[in-house]
Amino acid sequence: MRLSLQVAAVATAFVFVTGITVAYFLARKDFKGKELLDILFTLPLVLPPTVTGYYLIILFGRNGIVGKIIYQWTGWTIMFTWYAAVLASFVVALPLMIKTARAAIESVDANLINASYTLGRTEFETAVRIILPLAKKGIIAGVVLSFARAMGEFGATLMLAGNLPGKTDTMPLAIYSLAGSGEWSRAHAMVLPLTILSGGFLYLANKYSRRLV
Amino acid sequence: MGLSVTLKKKAGVFSLDVSWEIDNELVVLFGYSGAGKSITLQMIAGLMRPDEGVVRSGEKVLFDSLGGIDVPPQKRSFGYVFQDLALFPHMTVRENIRYGATGTDASECKKIVEEIIGAFRLEAVSNSLPSKLSGGQQQRVAFARALIRKPDVLLLDEPFSALDNPLRLEMGEFLNDVRSTYDIPVVLVTHDIFEAYTMADTIIVYANGRVAQRGTPSEIFNHPANKEVETLINTKRQMTLP
Repeated sequence: MRLSLQVAAVATAFVFVTGITVAYFLARKDFKGKELLDILFTLPLVLPPTVTGYYLIILFGRNGIVGKIIYQWTGWTIMFTWYAAVLASFVVALPLMIKTARAAIESVDANLINASYTLGRTEFETAVRIILPLAKKGIIAGVVLSFARAMGEFGATLMLAGNLPGKTDTMPLAIYSLAGSGEWSRAHAMVLPLTILSGGFLYLANKYSRRLV
Repeated sequence: MGLSVTLKKKAGVFSLDVSWEIDNELVVLFGYSGAGKSITLQMIAGLMRPDEGVVRSGEKVLFDSLGGIDVPPQKRSFGYVFQDLALFPHMTVRENIRYGATGTDASECKKIVEEIIGAFRLEAVSNSLPSKLSGGQQQRVAFARALIRKPDVLLLDEPFSALDNPLRLEMGEFLNDVRSTYDIPVVLVTHDIFEAYTMADTIIVYANGRVAQRGTPSEIFNHPANKEVETLINTKRQMTLP
């Protein structure tokens, strides 16, 4: 439980920063390859998590494109650490944040943004003081959804971080092990809180996104 | 001072092709909806890019398609009041106005914000959100916010269209007060014949993206230059009469 919360919290923090930045550019800018970028970030939402995990291994594994360089420099690899669980959760939860935040940013009245520009405010000031505060509800909904998704991440985590007791066995992985070895009562004790927690998050996300102005 | 504008823009079947120059006077851009009045303002302010043209405010060239000049809206000194006023709903009246006071240091900013709140009779509502204000108060906030930087030109995009008649008269007087304080060119977009007639020093009649006529209100109303302007005036006059 603690590990799961820790992984989900750190992943969500990264999702928050990255998601808002990407969503802002997708919502407000026109550039070549914009739709391609959108598809690339959305893919983890529809791909089997094992496929996402597979790509992450290719990228960050010890012999991966990026992982190799890190390993040569530091002798450290992300594989089978709890950072790997964070990375997997991050990639899988990111599209939820981007989708909700983008919709919220796009719904901000263009006249308010124009007004800010005519008042001499830079694009960055306008983003921070006008756009993001007005898109707040959608952003909160995105954060809540991402957190719930990060909590429930299984497939990509298994591929990248393995299922090491006390190290990378987040709740979904622990449940998998417990069910596999027939320890039903201990599995119940995890399944129930996870379900209630996720249900609660969905309730929060709905509450915020419904009031999205 | 003064403002000089030459703009060409094609958007689908609509094309805009206008050129005019004004002094420190109140000019009304008058015409049917969709005649290109509002996008003229947006292009003057730098919120929309013309295909071709020149925008000059006083000696400052803000846009010149041939010279490759396109000053961003932040660097153009225009006060802009939007049709829906565009008050920031999450900020109080004071915060809205202060937001317009860019480029001033903290103590100076505080001083001019309080001054303008007083001048525009907004003390009682200065800590309220815009949604709690009456229509007339909201107007005054939008003007205060647009004027606090002492812009070179004031651009008004049908700011009074949502008001009922008595309030509109009041805002007309208010606009006169504003003009006696700020001696700058004012461009007011409207399709309301009453506003055009009572407020304008000069009327520029827009029709289908062109300037159909230019003159003082009495010139336009007594001597319409062509059938187009005559029809426009007659239709609008009928709509205003009970």
